[in-house]
Amino acid sequence: MADTLRQRPVYRNIHITQIASYRLPLAGIVSILHRVSGVLLFLLMPFIIWLFDTSVTSEISYGQFTSVFKAGAAFLPGWFFKLVALALVWAYLHHFIAGVRHLWMDATHAVTLEFGRMSALVTLALSVLLTLVLGYSLFF
Amino acid sequence: MADNFGSRRIVVGAHYGLRDWLSQRVTAALMALFTLVVVVQVLLPGEMGYDKWAGIFSRQWMKVLTFVVIVSLLWHAWVGMRDVWMDYVKPVVVRLVLQVFTIVWLVGCAGWAIQVLWRL
Repeated sequence: MADTLRQRPVYRNIHITQIASYRLPLAGIVSILHRVSGVLLFLLMPFIIWLFDTSVTSEISYGQFTSVFKAGAAFLPGWFFKLVALALVWAYLHHFIAGVRHLWMDATHAVTLEFGRMSALVTLALSVLLTLVLGYSLFF
Repeated sequence: MADNFGSRRIVVGAHYGLRDWLSQRVTAALMALFTLVVVVQVLLPGEMGYDKWAGIFSRQWMKVLTFVVIVSLLWHAWVGMRDVWMDYVKPVVVRLVLQVFTIVWLVGCAGWAIQVLWRL
């Protein structure tokens, strides 16, 4: 028991200045983007609830909800809110698909390298593709 | 009597993660189900507008499901953000401040969302 109480060593081999030159495998890219998208959704949560609030509360507030994307609000133009919404769409899709990938791997014990690589590729491709499709209907 | 409680408690760091691991997956599955339920209802025939959109959330079973999802999201985001702070923020004071901020942020957001939901 004594050695469990000792100060545990901390290994941090990657310095922040080395991140750009560090080559991540596809599954690693999915993993860090899972984190990035999660933090983004957390930070934009008040905006998401504002969208929910104005879109369901009344027809008048529904008008405010749509006009933010058309005419903007305060000093910000409409396209800015569309860009934020697009970022939200990507973050949600990536987090969703990467999460389903996690659940699938937990449930089926899919632990082969090949499955990890292929499913990571599918996650990245599907989230970007769906973001483009939904982004198109958002902007055009 | 065992002499390993209070300040003499031995922190071995084992078996602490299972509940978080499981709750993260259960809450994720609930939110994924909710997403599909909303998408299906949006894709049902009928022109998209206030009536259709608000109608989706006004049914009682949908209100209950949405409430469960708000609580799931609160829990899920807490576990996730706490993991992020634990991984990247080492000074205890800064980490504690960020964790308290996370709790306030999430509880505030959940309260707002529930308020919106229940006045429909």
